[in-house]
Amino acid sequence: MTHRPTSPTAQSDSAGKTVPIPPENNYGPVGQVELQHVTFDGPDHVLNLEGGGSLSPLQVAYETYGELSKSKDNAILVCHALSGDAHAAGYHGHSPDEKPGWWDILIGPGKALDTDRYFVICPNFLGSCYGTTGPTSTDPETEQPYGLSFPFFTIKDMVEVQRWLLDHLGIDTLSAVIGGSMGGMQALQWAISYPERVRGVIPIATTSRMSTQGIALNEVGRQAILSDPKWLEGRYPKDDPPARGLAIARMIGHITYLSEESMHQKFGRRFVNGDGRSFNFSKDFQVESYLHHQGDKFVRRFDANTYLYLSRAMDYFDLETDHGSLEKAFSHCLSSFLVLSFTSDWLFPAQQSAEIVHVLRKLGKEVSYCNIESDQGHDAFLLPGHRMGDLVSGFLERLRKGGTP
Amino acid sequence: MSLIHSLRHLDETDRTFQSESVDWALTKLRDRALDDQISTIVTKGAKVLDLGCGKGDLLARLKSEHRIHESGIEIEGEAVSEAIARGLSVTHGDLEYSLTSMGDQSWDLVILNQVITVIRNPVAILQESLRVGRQVVVTFPNFAGWRTRYQLALRGRLPVTPSLPYQWYDTPNIRLVTVKDFRNLCGQMELKILKEAFVGRAKGAGFRPINAWPNLRALSAMFLVSK
Repeated sequence: MTHRPTSPTAQSDSAGKTVPIPPENNYGPVGQVELQHVTFDGPDHVLNLEGGGSLSPLQVAYETYGELSKSKDNAILVCHALSGDAHAAGYHGHSPDEKPGWWDILIGPGKALDTDRYFVICPNFLGSCYGTTGPTSTDPETEQPYGLSFPFFTIKDMVEVQRWLLDHLGIDTLSAVIGGSMGGMQALQWAISYPERVRGVIPIATTSRMSTQGIALNEVGRQAILSDPKWLEGRYPKDDPPARGLAIARMIGHITYLSEESMHQKFGRRFVNGDGRSFNFSKDFQVESYLHHQGDKFVRRFDANTYLYLSRAMDYFDLETDHGSLEKAFSHCLSSFLVLSFTSDWLFPAQQSAEIVHVLRKLGKEVSYCNIESDQGHDAFLLPGHRMGDLVSGFLERLRKGGTP
Repeated sequence: MSLIHSLRHLDETDRTFQSESVDWALTKLRDRALDDQISTIVTKGAKVLDLGCGKGDLLARLKSEHRIHESGIEIEGEAVSEAIARGLSVTHGDLEYSLTSMGDQSWDLVILNQVITVIRNPVAILQESLRVGRQVVVTFPNFAGWRTRYQLALRGRLPVTPSLPYQWYDTPNIRLVTVKDFRNLCGQMELKILKEAFVGRAKGAGFRPINAWPNLRALSAMFLVSK
């Protein structure tokens, strides 16, 4: 982090503009943040979904960090992953032991997504269960939760809703769109759906189409939920969800987010009890205990039907089939790209990123790519300990300077 | 199938060897020795591709001096990170594979700075570079300089010089070439040599330009070639 000069009430950024100092408090550099909501209603805001059906009205939950410039040209859209939410940085200030937003390592004053310079927007995507309309929302027709009557949606549909939000905020062109995993899929989709509205695209640890292995793993997760007797065809009561199924789905997910190396380092073959083997099927190993803990924690914060829909949206992401070929998919893109992968990510292996890069190069698009050394597996993009932030920062600086003369 | 498999494996080990055991810091001075000469070739706003660009020192200089539209390819992850972090457009990957993604004559200049001796197939890379670029600048350590001749002929040792700063057991160089050999190759490939430049050792640790008797005197050579 670079040293920034400070004065009592204001400070100057490198462009010489005076920007307000973030309020002094205990909520870290981003400060206290608030979840905001906007509801899109009326004939201009009927979302016709790719898989048929439509949604209206539609609520979007989002957070923002930093200030939107007068010319509204400093916005960066952050797209979250499968189980993420709009709370990407800072603290809500609701509890003393609160953890910061999920990408606090990347977002804040002086960080890669520098909130002294950029206006960072993170919306909860369509179909999630954190404030944006999804399967847990109330269907205005029945006044009951949508559940399985919620229409199927795709990454493309998510991007459409994000576009509404940008229009609502009066932002025409994004400095960049960035996201990891499923968030990276949205970033790629942005470059394709709205080429003239995105200057830089940063897809991280992602793919242009969900792999066979990825679909297979998703299906096992779904089957865990669908076969839970408490699932009740999706009509489970809010206070008695298919917790076992959802927890198992999360356990499988968690395995795919780590690497053999990181699992070994974290847990080895260590036992929960020092006595070693119990010769029964309770949680003997620390890795088992960890997975159960993650599963149980997830059940308290996520919805089973939502998990089904989101994993499906991921499975259906396939730019090649959508457009005939990857070349055709990216041919109209106008953005610069920074593609990042991680060496130990086996859920979205580097080869899938390299393929995107190969095609972008073939098309003569401006692209940078690094397969970042890390033993953290797929989850690396959420963790500190590697150079992702520096790379994002260098890429954004290049964009600011106009990229090419 | 199993043969292909083992070949792939070999290829992987080869790369691991290249990226992990070579101390590239040793070539830092040599790699920059011909930058002045390369810079005189570059025109304002040119599209320049640097193959094996390392941390992007040369690209950064050319960008600030000539406002080039830069791009680099580099196999070593740490170097790629460094280059992107400083605001350069660089992709991480193998040269041969990366070049297949590029269109004919899509670059004004392609740079092969001190890379043809560390790659498996220099001729193929040179041909590919000439396909994607209008002109190609190649630099390499000259193996016929008097220092190498002396060390080999009189001392009976494999040469270690400012442009070949490795022992036989830790060198990344799998090819060796001289000024004459390279001119000869250009003849065989029917390439036009547009410009040549040479450097020898300066007082202290640096390099200085050399004009006469390059094959005997130069530590490093630069050739600008086209089809």
